[in-house]
Amino acid sequence: MAVRVKIPTQLRSATDGDAQASVDGSTVGEVLDALYERYGELRGRIAEDGGLRRFVNVYVDGEDIRFLDGLDTQVQDGDEVTILPAVAGG
Amino acid sequence: MPPESLRCKECNSSYALDASYVCERCFGPLEVSYSSRDGADPAALKRRIQAGPHSLWRYGDFLPVAMPPPGTLHSGWTPLIRADRLAQQLGLEEVWIKNDAANPTHSFKDRVVSIAMARARELGFETVACASTGNLANAVAAHAAAAGLESYVFIPSDLEEQKVLATGIYGTNLIAVDGNYDDVNRLCTELSADHEWAFVNINMRPYYSEGSKTLAYETAEQLGFELPDRVVSPIASGSLFTKLARGFADWIDVGLLSGELPTFNGAQAAGCSPVATAFADGHDFCKPVKPDTIAKSLAIGNPADGPYALDLARSTGGTIESVTDDEIRAGIKLLARTTGIFTETAGGVTTAVLAKLAQRGEIRRDERVVVYITGEGLKTLDCARGTFETWQIESTVESFERAAERVGALA
Repeated sequence: MAVRVKIPTQLRSATDGDAQASVDGSTVGEVLDALYERYGELRGRIAEDGGLRRFVNVYVDGEDIRFLDGLDTQVQDGDEVTILPAVAGG
Repeated sequence: MPPESLRCKECNSSYALDASYVCERCFGPLEVSYSSRDGADPAALKRRIQAGPHSLWRYGDFLPVAMPPPGTLHSGWTPLIRADRLAQQLGLEEVWIKNDAANPTHSFKDRVVSIAMARARELGFETVACASTGNLANAVAAHAAAAGLESYVFIPSDLEEQKVLATGIYGTNLIAVDGNYDDVNRLCTELSADHEWAFVNINMRPYYSEGSKTLAYETAEQLGFELPDRVVSPIASGSLFTKLARGFADWIDVGLLSGELPTFNGAQAAGCSPVATAFADGHDFCKPVKPDTIAKSLAIGNPADGPYALDLARSTGGTIESVTDDEIRAGIKLLARTTGIFTETAGGVTTAVLAKLAQRGEIRRDERVVVYITGEGLKTLDCARGTFETWQIESTVESFERAAERVGALA
């Protein structure tokens, strides 16, 4: 299941400058694990205790995964996963 | 006490004073950090403040930009009004209204935009932008016009007409996004990476949020360099709420104020109350919600500073409350009828929470309470519709007398 992940500028020093990556996985959690596999440094930046750090937001096709099934949210071929900082706005 | 660096609130990593807002190591929020204030002479500081302009720039010693650049709309120094009739109605003795609708674009957002835009200009930006629930849209468009900068203002497409009109008039690029504020915010967070723009509440957020501290400085100065016992403030992202505390803490640290932080009560609308819900549930994080409330200026379902707002309410013995849309309308009416101040829905939320706390007996009678009214009633006029009747008469004395009789008979 190929899913496109958009990587925010603040993380690109951990992805050799890549702004996006195509990885396999059937849930958001699997997609992120595949991403950590490819870019070793990424896990320490955004993951914590098996989940995500509290200032990290993840979206599937524009919807916050906390309105879906969190890291268990199913993804399909062609879906777009976006990682963004949570501290914006207000 | 010049600014020294941007510092991560979570892991304390430090960064240059650039247009950045997120810690690359842990994704925590960045905040402006100042050089040490040890040895500052409070008497000298006080004299400098009192000799300053009647705007928020009198607090330049505590801001990331000390002096306003030319073409700055002068914000701040809004009235702090003793509201005895409101207090009496609620069984309290000392209630003050900080009426921040008395700003150039009629909300507290003029403060934060003043600071963000001044810093953006120092950094050489020629275009400013924002994601807004309405008040910020007004402020960014107006301040950009005054400074001669290009601006892009992103709003949810269901915003109140008054706020849309009061933004477009300034000649901004106004973009209505099909979605709620959180969708607008996500879009702008993505856009901020691709455009060399100063998004005041995204990549300029560390500077922007510092502007809210001036509400605390002003309150304390207007009280004669004294602290309130309690503050009641609205919560949308939680930035204003937490920066009020920072403002009071700054002045306690340098000796301009003595005492403890006030008790902090936060106010949310029941139709968008992620922080109040987390408070009630004993959580230290907020579960995002889809907003459904008339208080659109507070309709942030995914509040960036929610965890810090929760910490603050708990550490000061306060609470975070929510009120229904009907209670919000009643709050607007109560404030208007006891103080002569017509506030927008956010102020209705705040006033309704004050009333709720008073009715529950949570406020000691002799406490000095400051209530933050952050925006103007003319921006959310629909809330006034249907709350009163107009006498329709002909232009004759008889017609007036007949109407008076009718109304008298109804009473």
